Amino acid sequence: MIITTQPILSIVTFLPLVGAIFIATLPRAAASNARWVALWTTIVTFAVSLLIWANFDTSTPAFQFVEEYQWLGPIKYKMGVDGISMLFVVLTTFLMPLCILASWQSIEERVKEYMIAFLVLETLMIGVFCALDLVLFYLFFEGGLIPMFLIIGVWGGPRRVYASFKFFLYTLLGSLLMLMAILAIYGYAGTTDIPALLATTRLPADMQIWLWLAFFASFAVKMPMWPVHTWLPDAHVEAPTAGSVILAAILLKMGGYGFLRFSVPMFPLATEQLAPFVFALSIVAIIYTSLVAFVQEDMKKLIAYSSVAHMGFVTMGIFTVTTQGVDGAIFQMLSHGIVSAALFLCVGVVYDRMHTREIAAYGGLADKMPIYAACFMVFTMANVGLPGTSGFVGEFLTLLGAFKVNTWVAFFATTGVILSACYALYLYRAIAFGPLEKPALKLLPDLSPREIAVLAPLVVLTILFGFYPAPILDVTAVSVKNLVAQYEAAISGAAAAAALP
Amino acid sequence: METLASFVPALPEIVLAAGAMVLLMLGVFREDTARNGRSVGWLSVLIMVVAAVMTGFGGAERLELFDGAFVVDSFARFSKVLILAAAAAALILSFDYFERAKIMKFEIPVVVLLSVAGMFMMVSANDLISLYLGLELMSLSLYVLAAVRRDSLKSSESGLKYFVLGALSSGMLLYGASLIYGFTGTTSFVALAEALKDGAGAQNLGLIVGLVFLLVGLAFKISAVPFHMWTPDVYEGAPTPVTAFFASAPKVAAFALLLRVLHDAFPGMLFQWQQIIVFLSVASMLLGSFAAIGQTSIKRLLAFSSIANVGFILIGLAAGTEYGVSSVLIYLTIYVVMTLGSFAVVLAMRRKDEMEDTIQSLAGLSQTNLPMAVAFAALLFSMAGIPPLAGFFAKFYVFDAAIKAGLTPLVVIGVLASVVGAFYYLRVVKIMFFEEPADKFTTAEPAVRWVMGLSAALVIFYVVIPSPLIDAAGSAARALVP
Repeated sequence: MIITTQPILSIVTFLPLVGAIFIATLPRAAASNARWVALWTTIVTFAVSLLIWANFDTSTPAFQFVEEYQWLGPIKYKMGVDGISMLFVVLTTFLMPLCILASWQSIEERVKEYMIAFLVLETLMIGVFCALDLVLFYLFFEGGLIPMFLIIGVWGGPRRVYASFKFFLYTLLGSLLMLMAILAIYGYAGTTDIPALLATTRLPADMQIWLWLAFFASFAVKMPMWPVHTWLPDAHVEAPTAGSVILAAILLKMGGYGFLRFSVPMFPLATEQLAPFVFALSIVAIIYTSLVAFVQEDMKKLIAYSSVAHMGFVTMGIFTVTTQGVDGAIFQMLSHGIVSAALFLCVGVVYDRMHTREIAAYGGLADKMPIYAACFMVFTMANVGLPGTSGFVGEFLTLLGAFKVNTWVAFFATTGVILSACYALYLYRAIAFGPLEKPALKLLPDLSPREIAVLAPLVVLTILFGFYPAPILDVTAVSVKNLVAQYEAAISGAAAAAALP
Repeated sequence: METLASFVPALPEIVLAAGAMVLLMLGVFREDTARNGRSVGWLSVLIMVVAAVMTGFGGAERLELFDGAFVVDSFARFSKVLILAAAAAALILSFDYFERAKIMKFEIPVVVLLSVAGMFMMVSANDLISLYLGLELMSLSLYVLAAVRRDSLKSSESGLKYFVLGALSSGMLLYGASLIYGFTGTTSFVALAEALKDGAGAQNLGLIVGLVFLLVGLAFKISAVPFHMWTPDVYEGAPTPVTAFFASAPKVAAFALLLRVLHDAFPGMLFQWQQIIVFLSVASMLLGSFAAIGQTSIKRLLAFSSIANVGFILIGLAAGTEYGVSSVLIYLTIYVVMTLGSFAVVLAMRRKDEMEDTIQSLAGLSQTNLPMAVAFAALLFSMAGIPPLAGFFAKFYVFDAAIKAGLTPLVVIGVLASVVGAFYYLRVVKIMFFEEPADKFTTAEPAVRWVMGLSAALVIFYVVIPSPLIDAAGSAARALVP
């Protein structure tokens, strides 16, 4: 294969940046040019990322397509993907063209800057999943704050300033604690090379606890886990539609990815000790935020809280550290990436027409917008976790994993599934069903071809992965197995060492 | 017996001092016009370039002069080049401003040259006497510069304030130096290090008091809390290009001096001075970050931001290691770039002939002047330490040095202070990007635009090739810490 010798990950990562620079050189008036350049850049990036998937070797847990260059002395520019990260790269590149399309008409002011911000953000997000050096990872991870801050603050809703500050400062505090932990690891191991750290470094148990907590501070905020989730509803509600999509679909996944890449394999002893703590937080997230979602009057807020609840399943699955749990968590993240993106896009569709997100302002849309209602229903069902949709597979697997580890955790988490049915169906009923009474709604046109183009791939994938999850599970299988095996080896190794006189 | 050839290591200093004299003569004997003032200014820049070339290509070995009172090594060369770059940029920024204010006098560049000569002396000082000489030459020149707008009440006030407090600090420094001399019988750094090695001075109370006073004097110069009171007033009152100069070059010189004194003269009392530095660092970071929140004047905001930055730089110093020294140098370099860029932005905040000073006047800048807004936003995000901008690497290295030296609690405070700091930097970004536009600024002069654009570009693209600076700082640090 030719392409494995090329720096393909760097190409995927920095292609959007090149597009952004190109847009920056365009004359200011050319708003539609900026849109087209952005769209084509993201589509090409997606195509290149599919090449990665096509050439990905699913039989090895090792990192692939590795690139390494001199950068900062002992800190290197090193990129590579394994079964866990590769799918997130593809998810990111897949959603970006849809985001650009979704902003086609709703963003009218400062289009050029908007597209630049989005493309820069894409570069940083892909970088997070490809980076194989802690400092490089941190660079991408934290750098994403700047474009997102601007996207929320410039193009957001009425309370955008508050939301953007809250988003930025919450995340910054968590990330800086992680930076300290990274420095501590650097000091202890003398390297920030992730594969080397994963393979050889065994950190002392008491140090692991502190490092675990510091990483947790960052990822829990990003995830977000209860009780540090409060930035999310604000940020979601105020962000423009495409901003919400990116937040929900990709930025939140960085937290889960971080747990899988760092917390579990690097600090296994701490993970074992603190897993019950994570379970407790996850269950609170699942039950409490589901209840909170139920009483929301704003559509986006409802979906935002439901995201927190779904992320509860993810953290629960990850920290069971069983093959099913981790597989399920990854699947749930990808599925949530598709479904929550789709739900926010659905909200965006009606918001563009009515300019309100209040649930009470809608009702009976199924009469006037049948295609819309059908799409929306698919995503609602996926959100509930109905078998046959992608939402089911992830939730089921995480619950299976949890059941093996702790029955009560599984029991409480299962109630969350019921609650999610309550709020999701409530939302759907309030919007799509009932009499079409409000006069403004009677004139609404159904989905335009552009909107269908955005939602159709999501519908297909939601159902496809619901019936046939193998493409995803095959990719992750070996890496997850390796992760779990290493974790168990570390735990039993420590237990054996403790048993010695 | 000193021959003429033995003065070669001090050639850059000689060039600066002699150049200042020649330009003084040149200025006196020519007509007192703005045009002539400007040409003297450009000639000063030329002299600085010459001095920079001489310093930069001076080789890497350690040379001593004047019975060891004056030393040139990689550390001194690094700091001197940085000082020259900062001073030259600040000077170039100042021409148009002074011409508009109708005070484009030839004395100003000459005084800047003299102060730079003083800074060179400080950086190369290897004896308490030469330390004081350099410090005073620099400070006296700076007092004059602060009050250079004679007709402005604020400028005169800031000059006077700076002078009174500066004189006080010099007094304290001298008192500390005399105590140290009294208890050790020497003023040479090398002899001091020899006398105090293996903790010989640790129990000597008089010596410790002397060290404290010495540090207090120097803390004034770097405006570390609690000796920072002059900073906001002087920054606000002095003409903006002068403030840009104050915030950059003298800070480098004072930090270089501090590094040399502590590492070359008092390595044996690391435990004692480390506590002082840690305290200064914590106080500066916290006060700088919290006090900046309420500011409405951009110059005062930058003043408090520089206080907070000094706190972060002190983290690297507190580490007390070679790595710590290199982290300080990295931070200083990046700090100088960010500071000059920010003050270039302040200089560009002008409507007709009226300089704007409030943060609010930046409202909606992204819609009236996008390049300027982007440049300033990059500088602000960089100061907040957000990757991939240069400011992140600055913080990264000082934090790393402190953690390796076992100062984790200090880093925790630094992290919290960064978050608070991020808040007020973000506030400025918010005003520029999220608010409705105010009136357009008058187009800035080319010099201002160049400095602004260049520093923003450096801050943004530093991530691409970071290692030259790291390597240079590393070898400079090796020269200082044996």
